[in-house]
Amino acid sequence: MITESVAIKGIRQGLLVTLRKGEWSCLLAALEAHLTENPTFFSGGRMAVDVGDRCLMPSQIEAMRSLAAHHEVELWAVVSSNEETQAEARGAGLVTELAPTRAHQPPGEGDEPADRALVRQGTLRSGQTVRHPGHVVIIGDVNPGAEVVAGGSVVVWGRLRGLVHAGVLGDELAVICALDLAPTQLRIGGHFSRSPEERWSRPVPEKASVVDGRIVAVAWPGE
Amino acid sequence: MAGRVVTITSGKGGVGKTTLTANLGAALAMRGQRVVVIDADVGLRNLDVMLGLENRIVYDLVDVIEGRCRLRQGLVRHKQLPELYLLPAAQTRDKSAVQPEDMVRICDELRGDHDVVLIDSPAGIEQGFRYAMEPADEIIIVTNPEVSAARDADRVIGLIEAEEKGPARLVINRLEPSMVSKGHMLGVADVVELLAIDLIGVVPEDSNALIAANRGQPLALSNNRSRAGHAFHNIAGRLLGEEVDFQPLRQPRVFERLLRFVSPERS
Ligand SMILES: Nc1ncnc2c1ncn2[C@@H]1O[C@H](COP(=O)(O)OP(=O)(O)OP(=O)(O)O)[C@@H](O)[C@H]1O
Ligand SMILES: [Mg+2]
Repeated sequence: MITESVAIKGIRQGLLVTLRKGEWSCLLAALEAHLTENPTFFSGGRMAVDVGDRCLMPSQIEAMRSLAAHHEVELWAVVSSNEETQAEARGAGLVTELAPTRAHQPPGEGDEPADRALVRQGTLRSGQTVRHPGHVVIIGDVNPGAEVVAGGSVVVWGRLRGLVHAGVLGDELAVICALDLAPTQLRIGGHFSRSPEERWSRPVPEKASVVDGRIVAVAWPGE
Repeated sequence: MAGRVVTITSGKGGVGKTTLTANLGAALAMRGQRVVVIDADVGLRNLDVMLGLENRIVYDLVDVIEGRCRLRQGLVRHKQLPELYLLPAAQTRDKSAVQPEDMVRICDELRGDHDVVLIDSPAGIEQGFRYAMEPADEIIIVTNPEVSAARDADRVIGLIEAEEKGPARLVINRLEPSMVSKGHMLGVADVVELLAIDLIGVVPEDSNALIAANRGQPLALSNNRSRAGHAFHNIAGRLLGEEVDFQPLRQPRVFERLLRFVSPERS
């Protein structure tokens, strides 16, 4: 999902949208196109926008906020190297600095561009969400009430009991793997399934993918 | 050494936070610890009733915060345990009367003269949860062995981890082994597996708990101890760093033994 002008990636606090070079109105239009094209990916999420060194007026910040709100996205931060923009953003009640990644965060975790996988360590708990336009790897459990929303595939090195939506940008070839696949719900692209009725007596790693228009889980690795 | 502040919280209401606070306070005081229990459930106070101190309250937490009395004057001493004090909640105010900074200030003052400060948090994750959590050095999460309570506990642990608070440890309250074996209730291992935090105690269902609460005599105080009373004493011991055995939850699996064998420096 990288274009010339707008880059989107997952960070710990939600999504980070970077507006690169270009006319402001074109950038907003490009952002709007992303929001409109992929409502399931964005809706209900929160986003920070990095506007570089642009000097923004309050009305421009408001316009971004209402554009986001229109697509059910919360604009919570505007990052800029321009001091006036920072001041305006603060005046609008927005955060202007993203928390630094945690010191004990292992390398590879956290902020990753869309074409790289996002790796997250630790249990994803009820009420927590990971969103990323690329692949997502969770090293830990995904508990009931937690959500993973990914443009690509999702690998859970642990128990998957929450909700996972892979291929949310339309990639029907995306897969979902887990050491114990017992989700509340799985979605791949536009397909949808609840937890399989029958369970293995002892959990085995499984891989779910779309076969003939349905989500099917098989032992992973297979025979 | 300055005292430690332990906040007892749950997410879901009615799982036994206040019962645990009263009993743990008593059990710690019986071990010679100087203890203050704070009822942070402003507007819904009941820790005073469970400790049998309702009729001794003169001032409360909000009086202390708003300067109507000194902190010392707000503390109510327990009838039998001279080292156990209660700072009661205001009954006629709501939770907006307390700010997180107020709790930090009060706890910092209490740390000087006391070994343990226990805070009985209100249910939920709103304002009351926030101010109860702010001064905590350690957190105890209480849950019942049922799905909705465990789910809420998970939510709360997520919030605590995001704030980098803690460590948080788990108490499973109201366990009924017969219900577990029939599959009507989650087992200890199920809850621990879901929540993935350290267990500090398991308290069985005990009909005496309600009677004790109504009489204002925590089970932990009683001489001929019930099973729940025992469990509260075990938690007190573990909080003080004693090695108190659990019933084994499960045998270590083969690969875990191997891991310990090849990397002894990590265990
Ligand atoms: N181990 C137990 N066995 C039987 N009953 C119990 C046990 N623990 C608590 N109870 C009962 O459960 C009820 C709720 O307990 P308690 O008031 O301690 O919960 P709480 O988490 O503080 O509730 P709230 O969220 O409303 O503050 C009480 O009636 C209490 O007597
Ligand atoms: Mg209570």
